[in-house]
Amino acid sequence: MVSGDKLFIIIVGCGRLGSYLANSLSRAGHSVVSIDVNESAFDSLSAEYSGFRVIGDATEIAVLKQAKTDKADMVIVTTQNDNVNLMVSQIAKRIFHIPKVMARVFEPKQEEIYHILDIETVCPTFVASELFLELIAEFLASDRKGSKQ
Amino acid sequence: MNILTIGSGKMLYFLCRSFLAKGHKVTVIDGDQSECIWLARRSNATVIYGDGTKPQMLEEAGANTADAALAITPDDHDNLSICQIASIRFGVPHTLALVNDPDNETVFKQLGVNAVSITRILSDIMEQKVSLDSITNLVLASEGKVNITEIVLKDTYPVIGKELRNIEFPENSLIAYMLRNDQPFVPRGNSVLQAGDRIFIVTLPENYGQVIRMLTEGKE
Repeated sequence: MVSGDKLFIIIVGCGRLGSYLANSLSRAGHSVVSIDVNESAFDSLSAEYSGFRVIGDATEIAVLKQAKTDKADMVIVTTQNDNVNLMVSQIAKRIFHIPKVMARVFEPKQEEIYHILDIETVCPTFVASELFLELIAEFLASDRKGSKQ
Repeated sequence: MNILTIGSGKMLYFLCRSFLAKGHKVTVIDGDQSECIWLARRSNATVIYGDGTKPQMLEEAGANTADAALAITPDDHDNLSICQIASIRFGVPHTLALVNDPDNETVFKQLGVNAVSITRILSDIMEQKVSLDSITNLVLASEGKVNITEIVLKDTYPVIGKELRNIEFPENSLIAYMLRNDQPFVPRGNSVLQAGDRIFIVTLPENYGQVIRMLTEGKE
């Protein structure tokens, strides 16, 4: 733990989601390390981002060690590949014993295996469709439903 | 045995061929369509085209009834997923993953998956060949009539764990002294050789090869 509410957070993958999280968490004062295989991915980090950048494949335990993953309070795995995310989050949880590990999963069917392995997931497809369904339900419940009749 | 193999390329083909030749039933999942057609024509394996990391693909390939699953795709993380899904979701009793990164042998084991690293195997083999480099010819004494040689003993050598008196040195050769944990001493008949020992042997040029072989490869 860095100090007080400030956390040491590792973010694997610096794409749209990863860089957004890295920028926001860094701005909020957390100590952030961003890992990505492509150096150019770090271009999406904002000027306010004060964390570290590690270039490398996070499925290599040597890269995770270099990023001092063993000291992290939280690991968020956001690469484009579900299987990479599954592997990295398991390493973080079972080998580095990180208290909080979360992973993005694209394929909703793949979520089941994450749950069996006790890894917290966020599935964008599921989240987005739930939101849409909620909006649809709101629409149905509203007066506008009858406006066309 | 009912063997499920997931991967691609020549390794997949030759593994398939060898399993089939031994009378096993083989089902293959390959992500390359043209390779699937080729495999189906050239072997009696059941060939399925698709992504083997997808649970529904494994199900289609009969993972429920497979005795073993072998994941040999080029990506370590895919092989981990395949083995975990096969064993956790479908109860496949034996799974084995191929890994590139030698560190992943330990990592996968900690995550409950057996893994083999070709990189590690090849480098071990090379090292054994090159292990003679751990031998230093120190001195040619008495105008080249006597060799004094230093060897660091490796745990694979056949003499490890043996008492010196049970090792038959050729005539005109002996261990003059040795270093264990940097402590020098002159060994006796009841001294037991250990891996990491640095031994200094006195030989003649004629029996030098014989002594080295005896220490490193067993008796000739």
